[in-house]
Amino acid sequence: MSFLEINDLKVHFPIRGGVLNTIKDHVYAVDGVSFSIDEGKTYGLIGESGSGKTTIGKAIVGLEEPTDGEILYYGQQVNKKRLRKKVNYNREVQMIFQDVLSSLDPKKRVRDIIAEPIRNYEKLTENQELEKILTLLNIVGMPPDALYKYPHEFSGGQRQRIGVSRAVAVNPKLIVADEPVSALDLSVQAQILNFLKMIQKDFNLSYLFISHDLGVVKHMCDYIYIMYRGRFVETGTREDIYNNPQHIYTKKLVAAIPEIDVENREALRRNRIKVEQEYSEKESLFYDQNGRVFDLVQLSDTHYVAIKNKEDLQDVENSIA
Amino acid sequence: MEISRDKFKHIGINEEKSQAIVRPSMTYWQDAWRRLKKNKIAIASLFFIFIMSLMAVVGPMMVKFQYNDNNLMLGIFKPNAEHWFGTDGLGRDMWARVWIGARISLFIGLMAALIETTIGIVVGGIAGFFGGKIDMFIMRFIDILIAIPFLIFVILIMVIVGSGVFSIILAFSITGWLGMARLVRGQILQLKEQEFVLAARTLGADSMRLIFKHLIPNTLGVIIVTLTMAIPQAIFTEAFLSFIGIGVRPPMTSWGQLANSGAQAMQVQPFLLLIPAIFISLTMLSLNMLGDGLRDALDPRLRK
Repeated sequence: MSFLEINDLKVHFPIRGGVLNTIKDHVYAVDGVSFSIDEGKTYGLIGESGSGKTTIGKAIVGLEEPTDGEILYYGQQVNKKRLRKKVNYNREVQMIFQDVLSSLDPKKRVRDIIAEPIRNYEKLTENQELEKILTLLNIVGMPPDALYKYPHEFSGGQRQRIGVSRAVAVNPKLIVADEPVSALDLSVQAQILNFLKMIQKDFNLSYLFISHDLGVVKHMCDYIYIMYRGRFVETGTREDIYNNPQHIYTKKLVAAIPEIDVENREALRRNRIKVEQEYSEKESLFYDQNGRVFDLVQLSDTHYVAIKNKEDLQDVENSIA
Repeated sequence: MEISRDKFKHIGINEEKSQAIVRPSMTYWQDAWRRLKKNKIAIASLFFIFIMSLMAVVGPMMVKFQYNDNNLMLGIFKPNAEHWFGTDGLGRDMWARVWIGARISLFIGLMAALIETTIGIVVGGIAGFFGGKIDMFIMRFIDILIAIPFLIFVILIMVIVGSGVFSIILAFSITGWLGMARLVRGQILQLKEQEFVLAARTLGADSMRLIFKHLIPNTLGVIIVTLTMAIPQAIFTEAFLSFIGIGVRPPMTSWGQLANSGAQAMQVQPFLLLIPAIFISLTMLSLNMLGDGLRDALDPRLRK
């Protein structure tokens, strides 16, 4: 059962200019996206930089005011700060940030950093609070002597674990993870990802995973949303997207996943060239003359793709075959 | 080479030790104080400032002369057993005058700096944090105030309120905070975009908490350095105002005024200039050193 629904969300930023600083135009950072979030599931938001994926994340946690559209938490509007307060929404939705060091206050001890949400949302005595922090540190695999250290004294992976323990401190339902591992090196990435999966089971968490790394998303996510220019181009389960991509942009993305397969190197390369060619040939079927992505069309129960005429997909299919 | 088993001994894990918290549980301020204590220069400066303040209170009582007892028969005397710092041209005891002057100078410096910092942080903080129209309005207002020369403010105040310590502090309060407000605004604007501020928002911190728990502590380093510069500046400006006759009125005196009258007799009796000058310089130096020390102590990244 989905607890969070996003309907036709739009976030536009005004471009100001001129002598009077008037609004000249808008950046359509997010331009009409809809999806819903179930308990205990992981959702992947993929797209190139500037495609609006972080803006969606920020709009969901309430850091960005939506221009239009609905964010419904158990059917309740949570667009405005006042509305969010009423249903205790901010407690239920937390965020993990990309830049781990800058997301931790450099002048606070780890104890105070993790205690922040607890102090804001719960009334605990000092001992209860300390106990809770120690438990959290234990869950993320940090020794208790981390309590009185400052963020700069840790490695990147440790810092991200502190960030995670802070996000789960008040038992949220959803964590928006904005490229949580892209600043970490590969061995640490795997460690953090597995650990996120582990606590997902323990806390029955949902994740909205924002990333441009298809490999990471494949590892983590149940449902995947591919974004381009502020709109979804294709959405579906992991299998839909990776095994049966329909949109030319998705195909390009999937083809770009690096593979160590020396014997088929030539074939893979040819495939990539073909995908590229198809992209330029079929562009008009998938984008209108302004480059805007069309609305989503249903292909199966889970699989949607943005295209003008559903019938055109047949052509695409045939041309590949 | 054979390494036999019996050369090793199983000692196990000391459960208690491995779980022990190695670092003492110090709060941010305790930690800052600990780091400041390690800085010998800063502590010496702090001690010196303390002595100066103490002497400003008890100094004049240590001699039997009042700062305004003149004895024209006496004239200028070099420091001697009776008059520890000598006497000035009117036969007034310099020891008493130096510490009475310290009262005025330190008081003006401290008050000016405190008022400046308070107003500066509040106004700059509001401008930087809320931004938009509020920011624009405040900044244009500051621009207008900065465009008016300081001396005009002072003279206006002197005309309306009259001269004296209070007027000088008032003049400082009107103009002094402008620089601090700009500085704080710049810092807040920069910090506001940092992710830890966004993080604090998502973690449920309201604006007040955000400002006082995250933004101000992170601007504290810059604020303190500016503050310790502001105190000497206020002392010097007071000296200048006294020189042009709109500061404190004789026979009341201040370090700046002592230095000025000492400068007139510099070629005959250099000690009249030297004594207040040494006190002014050492106090400035201590304040700057203490400021540097505090800045370093308040930054946990410099922790050793």
